[in-house]
Amino acid sequence: MIIDTVLWSRLVTGLTLSFHVIFATIGVAIPLMIAIAELVGIRKQDHHYTLMAKRWTRGFIISVAVGVVTGTAISLQLALVWPNFMQLAGNVIALPLFLEVFAFFFEAIFLGIYLYTWDRFRNPYIHWLLTIPIVLGASMSAFFITTVNGFMNQPAGFTLEHGQFTAVYPLQAMFNEATPSKVFHVLTSAYMTGAALLAAIAAFSILRKGATDYTKKALKLMMSVLLVFSFLTALAGDTAAKFLAEHQPEKLAAAEWHFETAKGADLIFFGWLNAEREVIGALHIPKALSFLAFSDFNAEVTGLNEFPADEQPPLWVHYLFDFMASIGFILLAVSAFFFLFLFWKKRNEYNRWLLRAIVLGAPLAFLAVELGWFYAEVGRQPWIIRGYMRVEEAATTSPSIMPLFFLFLLLYIVLGTLCIIVLRRLFRNNPAEVELEKIAATHAAKAKEEGELPS
Amino acid sequence: MSYEIIGISVLWIFLYGYLIVASIDFGAGFFAFYARATGKDHLINRLISRYLSPVWEITNVFFVFFFIGLIGFFPAAAHYYGSSLLVPGSIAIVLIAIRGSFYAFENYGSKKNIVFLFLYGATGLLIPPSLSVALVLSEGGFIIENNNVVTLEYMKLLTSPLAWSIVALAITSVLFISASFLTFYADRADDQPALKLLRGYALFWSTPTIIAAFTAFLYLSQYNARHFQNMMNLWWLLGLSVVFFLIVLWLLYKERRYGWAFISVMLQFGCAFFAYGIGHYPYILDPYITVQGGATGEAMGIALVAVFIGGLLLLIPSLVLVFRLFLFDADYVKGKR
Repeated sequence: MIIDTVLWSRLVTGLTLSFHVIFATIGVAIPLMIAIAELVGIRKQDHHYTLMAKRWTRGFIISVAVGVVTGTAISLQLALVWPNFMQLAGNVIALPLFLEVFAFFFEAIFLGIYLYTWDRFRNPYIHWLLTIPIVLGASMSAFFITTVNGFMNQPAGFTLEHGQFTAVYPLQAMFNEATPSKVFHVLTSAYMTGAALLAAIAAFSILRKGATDYTKKALKLMMSVLLVFSFLTALAGDTAAKFLAEHQPEKLAAAEWHFETAKGADLIFFGWLNAEREVIGALHIPKALSFLAFSDFNAEVTGLNEFPADEQPPLWVHYLFDFMASIGFILLAVSAFFFLFLFWKKRNEYNRWLLRAIVLGAPLAFLAVELGWFYAEVGRQPWIIRGYMRVEEAATTSPSIMPLFFLFLLLYIVLGTLCIIVLRRLFRNNPAEVELEKIAATHAAKAKEEGELPS
Repeated sequence: MSYEIIGISVLWIFLYGYLIVASIDFGAGFFAFYARATGKDHLINRLISRYLSPVWEITNVFFVFFFIGLIGFFPAAAHYYGSSLLVPGSIAIVLIAIRGSFYAFENYGSKKNIVFLFLYGATGLLIPPSLSVALVLSEGGFIIENNNVVTLEYMKLLTSPLAWSIVALAITSVLFISASFLTFYADRADDQPALKLLRGYALFWSTPTIIAAFTAFLYLSQYNARHFQNMMNLWWLLGLSVVFFLIVLWLLYKERRYGWAFISVMLQFGCAFFAYGIGHYPYILDPYITVQGGATGEAMGIALVAVFIGGLLLLIPSLVLVFRLFLFDADYVKGKR
C-alpha cells in the first residue's frame, strides 16, 4: 500500500512535469527569439521581421498561459504530493524557489506591457527594450528552478544532525556543485528547442504553400540560432557528463552501462542487457567513455558495482541518455547542412528533404528535453535528496493520490488539445501574407495622404 | 523586530494584496459571463478585458508568491497543510488551471467562445471558497496528526457552520470588491452605461457582504474563543472597517468620487483582514504551527527577507509603470490606445 502511494506520487509529479516542461521550454526560449526578430527588424528596417516578432508573441502568449497554470500546479504539488520533502528542503532551498517567483513576477509584468504597447512609443528601440526584462525574467526563472534540481542531486549548504538542521547556508545550497553544468545545459537546450520549433514552423509553411520572402527570412534566422545553440548544447552536455563522472558517478555509470571500474572505458551505444547484465548488440567505441568523462582516453571511470544495489539507479536510463544525445547531434547536423547548402551554391537549402528534416527537428528537440529530464530525475533514484532522503520517505501517505493522477491526466489532455486548436485557428485564419498585404495597404494609404497634404 | 515577525507580516500583506487583486479578477470574470448571458456584454465586456488582459498573470503570481513564501518561512506548513490539503488543493489547482488558460484561449484566440467564458466565470466563483478553506483549517480542530500522519476531518469541515459562513463571505466579498473597482474603472473610462450597470452590482452585493462578515464573526466566537477575544481586543480596527464600509455605501449611493469609494473598500477589507490576522497570532495552524516555533532557521529567514526587499525595489517601479500605462492612462482606459 505504501509502495503504491509512492508510485502514484511519482506518476502524478512526472505527469505534471513532463507536460509543464514543454511550455516551460517554450517560455524560456521564445522571448529570446522574439527579441532577436524585433531587433533585426528595427536594424534592417524590414517589417517582415517585425511581423515575425508580433506573430510569435501572439502564439507565445497562449502557451505562456498554459505554462503559468501548470507552473502553479507543480509549485503546489511539491507541497501536496511531497510534504516531507518540502518540509526538509524548504529549510535549505526556499531561497531560489522564492527568487523564481520574483523572476516570474518581473517577466509577467513586462510581458503585459510588451503585449499592449506595440504602437505606443515613437522610438521603436524603447519597445524592443521591454524584451530584455522578459528574456532575463524567463531565463532567471529557469536558472533558479534548476538550482533546486541541482540541490536534489548535490545537496549542499547545511549540516544534518539527528534529523535537525544545525547550520544552513542558503547561498551554498543554491550554488551547489551541480548548478553550473545543469544551468548551462538547461538554458542552451531550451534556446535550441525554441529555435527548432520556429524553424520547423517556417519549413512546414514552405513545404505546404511554397517559399515566400517572409518564411525564408524566418527559416534562415531561426536556423542560425539553432546552429549556435545546438553547438552550445553539445558543449553543455559534455560539461554535464564530466560533472557526473566526478561528482555523481553512479548516474553516469547507469546511463553508460559501465559496471566495473576501469581505465580506458568503452562508450556503449544502445544495445540491450541479458539476464547476467551483459551488454549485447551494442556499438562499442573504444576508450570513448573515459574521454567523455575526463578528457583522457586512459582515465579511470567509476563503475556501478561500486555502489550498494539499493542505491543504484534503474538501468533503462541508458536509452534515455542515448536517445537524448543522438537527437542533439541530429539537430546540430541538420542546421550545419542547411548552412552548408546555403553557402555551397550547387545545392539548394530549400531542398524538400532538408525541409522535412527541419520539420521533424521540432518534435525531436522536445523529445530530447523530455528524455533529458527523465534521465535527470530517474537517474537520481532512489534518492529525492541524494544521500539524505529517499523518495519513499518524502511522498504523501494519502491514497487519494491515485484518482488525482487521472484527474490531472484529464486536465492536461484538455489543456493540451485546446491549446493546439486555439493556436491553429489563430494562425490558419490569418496567414502572414495577408497581414503583410494589410500592412502594405496602410503604408500606401498613409503615403498617399501625406503626398496630398501640402507640407 | 525578529525575522519571523517580519516574515509573517510580509506574507500577510501579500495575502491582502492577493485578496484585492484576485477579487477584482475573479469577480470581473463572473460579471463578464453574467453580462454575456443576460445580453448586456456590449456594455461592460470591452471595459473588463481592457483592464484584465495586461494584469491577469500578475494576479496569479501574487498567489504563488504567498504560497512559496509561506513554505519558505514556515516549512512545517508544507507538512501539515500539504498532507491534509492534497484533495482540496488539487481541485483548486485544476480550477486555477482551467481559469487561467481559458482566459487566454478566449481572449487571445481568434474566436469568441461562450463555453470558455462560462468556465472562466464559474471557476472565478469557485476558487475563492476553495482557497478560503485554508483559513478555516487554520482555526484548528480540522487537521489531526496521529503518529506523524496528518489527516483532514472532512465530515467535520463539511458540517461546520464556520466553514460555510467563510465560504459565503469569500464569494460575496469577491463580487463586492470587483464591482466597486470596475465602477471606478468605468468612471475613468467615462463610460456611462457601464458605470450605471456596475454601480448597481456594487450596491447590490454590499449588503450580503456585510451580513456574511457578521455571520462568520459570530461563528468564529463559538468555534475559537481565543481568536475571537483577540479580535475583540482590536475593536477599534473592526470599527474602522465598518466606518469605511459606510463611506463606500454613501459615495456609491451619491454617485460621486468612485476612486475614493474603491480606496475605502480596500481600507474596509484591510482593517478587517488585519484584525483577523493579528488576532490569529501566534498560530499559523492552531495548535501545531506557531510563528516562532514553525519558522525556518535564522540564515534562511534573513536571506528571504533580504530577497524580499530587493525584489520589492525591482517590482514596485515596474508595477507603477503598469498602473500608469493601463490603469491611470485615461486614453488607454477609454480605448483610444
